[in-house]
Amino acid sequence: MNLFCIGLSHHTANVATREQFAGSATAESIVREAGCTEALLLTTCNRVEVYAVSHKRISTDEIARCLMRKIDTDPHDYARPFYRYEADKCVQHLFRVASALDSMVVGESEILGQAKKAYESARKSGAAGPCLHRLFQRAFRVAKQVRTHTEIARGAVSVGSVAVDLAQRIFGKLGDCKVLVLGAGETSERTARALVSRGARDLRVSNRSMDRACEVAQAVGGRTVPFEEWPTQCREIDILITSTASETPLLTRDKLAPMLRERLDRPLFIVDIAVPRDVDPSVNELEGVYLYDIDSIRSVAEQSLALRRQQVAAAEAIIAEHVTDFANSISQGLHHAARATEHPSLGENSLRASEL
Amino acid sequence: MDRYLLVVSTVCFLAAVVHTAIELRAGVFRPMRFNFFAVALGFIFQTAFLSVRGHQLGRCPLTNLFEVFIFLAWSVAAIYMLVGPGYRLSLMGAFTAPLVVLLQGFALIALIDVRHPAKLRANPWLEFHASISLVAYGVFALACIAGVMYLVQERQLKTHQLYSIFYHLPPLTDLFAAITRLLWWGFVLYTLGIVSGFFTGHPLPRVQVVAAIGVWLLYAVILQGRHLRWLAPKRVAALCIIGFSAAVTLLWGITFTAEMNPLP
Repeated sequence: MNLFCIGLSHHTANVATREQFAGSATAESIVREAGCTEALLLTTCNRVEVYAVSHKRISTDEIARCLMRKIDTDPHDYARPFYRYEADKCVQHLFRVASALDSMVVGESEILGQAKKAYESARKSGAAGPCLHRLFQRAFRVAKQVRTHTEIARGAVSVGSVAVDLAQRIFGKLGDCKVLVLGAGETSERTARALVSRGARDLRVSNRSMDRACEVAQAVGGRTVPFEEWPTQCREIDILITSTASETPLLTRDKLAPMLRERLDRPLFIVDIAVPRDVDPSVNELEGVYLYDIDSIRSVAEQSLALRRQQVAAAEAIIAEHVTDFANSISQGLHHAARATEHPSLGENSLRASEL
Repeated sequence: MDRYLLVVSTVCFLAAVVHTAIELRAGVFRPMRFNFFAVALGFIFQTAFLSVRGHQLGRCPLTNLFEVFIFLAWSVAAIYMLVGPGYRLSLMGAFTAPLVVLLQGFALIALIDVRHPAKLRANPWLEFHASISLVAYGVFALACIAGVMYLVQERQLKTHQLYSIFYHLPPLTDLFAAITRLLWWGFVLYTLGIVSGFFTGHPLPRVQVVAAIGVWLLYAVILQGRHLRWLAPKRVAALCIIGFSAAVTLLWGITFTAEMNPLP
């Protein structure tokens, strides 16, 4: 009985190659065409991987052929970017993937959901049996442990999430925060949406074109403010997201300082996504003002990533422990799997029992 | 023998400090339960020490500088246990423990546990005055710690350099609200302490009274500035540190003078 993983990812193949193998096959079709006992197909924007169990050895080419969209192309050309992991290496690889150590953005949270979805789909179609069930249940447990016991998922890594994260660091709950979106660009709209998703309710949108302001205001559940009136809003708002196409700074230290005197005990968080910048950098020197331009947001994102990368060793240690533990029980698991092939209509209860 | 209780208590607080240091060094600091339990255990041993010492003396154990330091450390731990979890200031334990270790460590190492040759007469007003003032100092100590936390976070936000600890600090506005509440509590308790000092039946040294009123005025100005909104939160946080430094200096002065001129 062989447990193996064959796949390709952003580490080994570019998007043009990856898209040749994504979307056409299913776990069921792989079981049928390649002759596996069990199979599971994990497809994301960064990887296409098959986790399978088989009695006989199945070559990488065979799996590549199953995944390939154009069957008239020579499979040998396509099999090159594929990697193959067997037994313990396969277990370790899956644990790393589920824990987002193998992801493009280390520590991202989507992969775990995608892995769960892939497992659920394979289980429902009957392609995943007891062996993959045990493997994936353990992988989900490992991923959870890694996220809980390390800081692998700490900090935000995109413009919107950094802005929201910082806003929460300053204000705590965003429910009482007043937000002004100045300039209705795509990034500022995304950032505003992210703030709304974390509880912000009072949003105002100001833009030179009122139509676009109305559109964004409607999208984020806010109200519009005439462009001429936005400076006066600085007296009462808590968060300013700005991304206009202005060639000169719209908000300077001299303009803002008098308004701050009336709101000395409340911080003002400014996210300036515009290039050229809408807010003069010296505004950050004002007391209670926290100004982040696109570079400083990127710098925060990089710091978060660096922090996450520091955690990789700790995460690998957790994974190594689980791989050893799982290896001890895998032979038993494969034995169960062998028995299960004699009973292909294995139901959910049996799967649960095998996990227990 | 009662000193052993204190040694165990100090070890508990030291464990919290070492644990925090290791976590911070590894970049994986989490405001975990360990700190809270270590502080709680240390607090239990502190309380046991004060109880044993109080029974031996037959009065509130505030008869020398050693006991004053321990009582102050106990107040700091007690206030942290009260406000820390309530205001989700779990990280405050990481800042509280070093202060307690410093106070208790110094008290244990320095030869300041000088017993009075004669048993002191119990004086309820004096004991109330001393204990309530020390609890007020404990609250000011916590406000000072919250002030340090505020300044650490504020600095990181301003410079855009966010370290691991940043993600475990409470939000700036929550921290500032906690500082304000602690200042009010401390101010009320300190006022009670000063007022009760006039009922002790002993003549109060003028310098001490003036210095105590000076510290009281400093905190009154901070609170007034906060209330009227002419002091920015960052300045309030900085003044909390200055205020506590002044209060500790005054406490030292009072205890030192009292040991030089013991009360009958």
